[in-house]
Amino acid sequence: MTKYRIERAPAPGWMRILIPLLAIPVTFLLTSVIILLDGANPFTAYYHFLVSPLAGRVSAIEVFVKSTPLLLTGAAVAFAFKGGYWNIGAEGQLYAGAIAATFVGTVLLDVPPIIGIPAMIIGGFAGGLLWALPSAILKVKLGVDEVVTTLLMNSIVLNVTSFLLNGPWRNPVSMWPQSPEISAGTVFPQLIPRSRLHFGIIIAVIVILIIWFVISRTSFGLKMRAIGLSKEGARFAGIKVNKTMLIVALVSGGIAGLAGAGEVAGIHFHLIDAISDGLGYSGITIATLGGLHPLGVGISALFIGLIDTGAQTVSRVLGVPVYLGDVVQSTLLLVTLSLFVLQNFRIRRVN
Amino acid sequence: MEFTLFLVGLIAATLRVATPLIYGTLGELFSERSGVLNLGIEGTMFLGAFVGFAAASLSGSLWIGLLAAIIAGLLAGLLMALLSVRFGVNQHVAGLGITLLTTGLSLYAFRVIFGESKVPPSIESFPMLSILPETHILAPITNQYLLTFIGLALIPVVWWIINKTRFGLQIRAVGENPEAADAAGLNVYAIRTSALAIGGALMAVGGAFLTMAQLGSFTFGIIAGRGWVCIALIIFANWKAVNVLWGALIFGGVQALQLRLQTLGFKLPYELFLSLPYVVTIIALTIAGRNSSAPSALLKPYRRE
Amino acid sequence: MHAVQMKGIVKRFADLVANDHVDFDLEKGEIHALLGENGAGKTTLMRILYGLYHADEGQIQINGSPVVIHSPRDAIKLGIGMVTQHFTLVPTLTVAENMVLGETGSFTINLKEVEKKVAEASKRFGVPVNPHALIRHLSVGERQRVEILKALYHDAQILILDEPTAVLVPQEVEVLFEALLRLQKDGLSVVFISHHLNEVMQICNRVTVLRDGKLTGTVNIAETNLKDLANMMVGRENFGVTRQGQREQGKVELRIEKINAVDKKGLQALKDVSLEVRQGEILGLAGVSGNGQTELSAVLCGTQKITSGKVFAGDVDLSSAETSDVCAAGIGRIPEDRHANMVGELSVAENLILDQMDNFKKNGILDQQKIQKNAEELIKTFNIKANANDRVRTLSGGNMQKVMLARTLSQNPRIVIASQPTRGLDVGATDYVRSTLLEQRDRGAAVLLLSEDLEEIMALSDRIAVIYGGKIMGVLPAQEATAEKLGLMMAGSAA
Repeated sequence: MTKYRIERAPAPGWMRILIPLLAIPVTFLLTSVIILLDGANPFTAYYHFLVSPLAGRVSAIEVFVKSTPLLLTGAAVAFAFKGGYWNIGAEGQLYAGAIAATFVGTVLLDVPPIIGIPAMIIGGFAGGLLWALPSAILKVKLGVDEVVTTLLMNSIVLNVTSFLLNGPWRNPVSMWPQSPEISAGTVFPQLIPRSRLHFGIIIAVIVILIIWFVISRTSFGLKMRAIGLSKEGARFAGIKVNKTMLIVALVSGGIAGLAGAGEVAGIHFHLIDAISDGLGYSGITIATLGGLHPLGVGISALFIGLIDTGAQTVSRVLGVPVYLGDVVQSTLLLVTLSLFVLQNFRIRRVN
Repeated sequence: MEFTLFLVGLIAATLRVATPLIYGTLGELFSERSGVLNLGIEGTMFLGAFVGFAAASLSGSLWIGLLAAIIAGLLAGLLMALLSVRFGVNQHVAGLGITLLTTGLSLYAFRVIFGESKVPPSIESFPMLSILPETHILAPITNQYLLTFIGLALIPVVWWIINKTRFGLQIRAVGENPEAADAAGLNVYAIRTSALAIGGALMAVGGAFLTMAQLGSFTFGIIAGRGWVCIALIIFANWKAVNVLWGALIFGGVQALQLRLQTLGFKLPYELFLSLPYVVTIIALTIAGRNSSAPSALLKPYRRE
Repeated sequence: MHAVQMKGIVKRFADLVANDHVDFDLEKGEIHALLGENGAGKTTLMRILYGLYHADEGQIQINGSPVVIHSPRDAIKLGIGMVTQHFTLVPTLTVAENMVLGETGSFTINLKEVEKKVAEASKRFGVPVNPHALIRHLSVGERQRVEILKALYHDAQILILDEPTAVLVPQEVEVLFEALLRLQKDGLSVVFISHHLNEVMQICNRVTVLRDGKLTGTVNIAETNLKDLANMMVGRENFGVTRQGQREQGKVELRIEKINAVDKKGLQALKDVSLEVRQGEILGLAGVSGNGQTELSAVLCGTQKITSGKVFAGDVDLSSAETSDVCAAGIGRIPEDRHANMVGELSVAENLILDQMDNFKKNGILDQQKIQKNAEELIKTFNIKANANDRVRTLSGGNMQKVMLARTLSQNPRIVIASQPTRGLDVGATDYVRSTLLEQRDRGAAVLLLSEDLEEIMALSDRIAVIYGGKIMGVLPAQEATAEKLGLMMAGSAA
């Protein structure tokens, strides 16, 4: 009788790109179970997930709108992970950026866009950076685990937002927990008239290109890559690990903050409690799916944006709960992770 | 007299608030002592909260609900084991992925089962037990849910399991030096998987306590970061079962305190007070300093050629 | 009937054939040596016997019956015990707890039973052991004894010892050998893995020699001698390089004055260590592992700070230096652990410039062409069998070390710190590294060689120092240093 044995053997390089593609059908296979349990047809569901959104002009634009913050949070997380810093706090840093941007937008009244927009960008970046600072310093100076501290900071900033919206920033007219509107000069312009697509996506693309350049072409990029791959090896080579890691953590926070600024300046025009429902955590999914590579992040962000848009279509058309999108995303993440590891195993026949 | 009442009420509330933290932290303790950081805790507690509630609502029996929650938590633990132990995937991302997955599944299932109603569905929750007569001054402290008493009792039980039994010895060995454990003939994968399964079950009970005892209904924000607090409490407890009690009580105490200060009319911002426990936790982590007793094999997947 | 018989064992790791149709048998009550250089396949073969690896082909028989050993648990049940160089003890548990680790049975542990069995096994071994002691409080020699005790506790009839003397001073080796002879009389069969010819000749009955994964032969000790064994082991009678006599020595380049440092546990590892290394000489530091070499190497490489004392490289005071300062001071460092101290996932070219990025960038942007050219030149000069863009992790141990050498030595350092530079390398790579060190010395560099291989120290050094318990026991010129004198110092007696 022939027996089979599982062996370790390194996978060929081309497999790395194949994995995310392979992950998609596997994910759909797994999630079709719960779609069936709700009495819907999986194939119809996936059609509405992946194809419908691109079929219509409005929904196609919406895909890019949804992808805008995802490009930034994905980039933020990928940048941090690449440098060996486990920034789980993109969600909180996004909020902090949103708060900072709202502050800028409500203080700078009567400014022309040429001043207002850069101010929003700087404000958002600064907000995210400052929110990332405590965790970064605790990690670098005292060795406190950044996973835990960034998670806790996420929870704290939610409360801060709530405080602001129910207190000093409560809309005096409607008494709704939403901040006053930001001034006209600080709004991100629409790229396509009468659509929600805004300047933020241009910022996002530029950011991705910048970090791609930094990581692959600069000496700083080589330093952070070395640290992310082997702290000891980097330290031995004389790289200033602490300083580099601190910069990586702060830049990562700033980029996530930009995502928050974009949501305020381009979509909502004021601050609300639900400015993000997991955009920061999606960033982690996107960074992983993209293999921590900036271009991979770009593609994954668009894909997740597609799924997010599709989830709403599925919900509207089939009555399946919109949370299906979350389930598909997280399943996709876990399947991709598993495939990345399983690609290194072979089944061999043994007599 | 006023102050005594206040204190008694505070202690009573502290024990209640600490209960889900105790279960969650004990669950994470099993996992981390065996060498696996399980960031799926937030999602597993959420899953337990939902499954317990839904099963109780559908079956009409709280105990069936609790059992269902335990099974759900077990399965979540097994999934984490499959990913991080068997496959050896990055533990941070796997755990977060599981949190996202179980949360998404719970929300999905909630909508499917309960639909979108204006009034959130509710169940008749677990009763509180009265040990002392109503008139006794300390009565509020001993009026707790059965699950709270069980949770407190579990702390010495878990201590005993980890330090005095063969299984506990195996968990400790696998978490410190899996190569040695393997060479001694232990099945590292099986032990870590068991630890994760037990941990998952405990975490789920912690979540179920919130919907099935304390609140009697399910809201989307039910867990609100408590899972992450448990992660921090483990570090605070220096990975020792006995210390879990202090961390949970301190955190629970701070949270109970801020609620009470509210009602006493302290005009401090409510939401900032909500943040206080998290801030305290970060400060505690800073003081606890570097991870002195972290299991040496924590976060490293084990692979034998 | 043989206690163990292994026939036609083949084991592959991807492209490498670690065991190539190897036969091995062990008679009951014999001490059988398994001899070979680093990488010959001895440990692999025994790990197959102990169930840690699975052979791709071949058969194993225990006491005449064919067996399949899936895991150490199976091996232990068959009466096989193994003591390796990396102790399989859990430091945070007690001796008794470690004994019981693999057992199944009752839910609770009956400590009294365990202590009784520990006492019995101690008697059989002839060495007393405290069952309540925490492993992390024990010395290396004591831990090894616990390891052997563990095998005896589980009623081992066959004991595999993997390089047992690598971590012992000569006096502890004697204690071990006495114990082994006692156990042999008691009926224990022992496989003694080693690459030390003298020990093999001293204590073993038969010896099986492996070279590059193949079986060279099995002989009775009584019918062979050192020269023949060496020949079987390496294929030539003399191995190693010859030093070209004395050189004119220059001024002191590296000065270490009364430095103190602690180890990972916070215990004192270096006690008022003072050394001087001159231009154009190799100062060899001999000593058994665990006596401070690791910490001294870390200090000089800049990855650890000293608690007091001074370190001078030329005129530069490096007493409180960061790693980056040490790099900048022109110290060439070849670290103990090449795997940890290189970034395996980066390419050869990237690793080669990792500590001198400033020379390869303009305005922060890396000059890819320059980096590539640099890599190609160094690959040629140092004969590295790899491409510039290969990930360092995929290289063999020898080639990895060559990359480290290339990076370090291409910068023409005035001082070279070489820590265990030939550990784990095959014959060819070892020769290469040793000749390179001699070249550096001839070029006028001040070379400090830290090595646990006494033969290597004696072959290469102009002067030899010995470290024991964190102290320098003495420094001798090479002509005066004999293995006996050095051995005494390594065991703690001052010169």
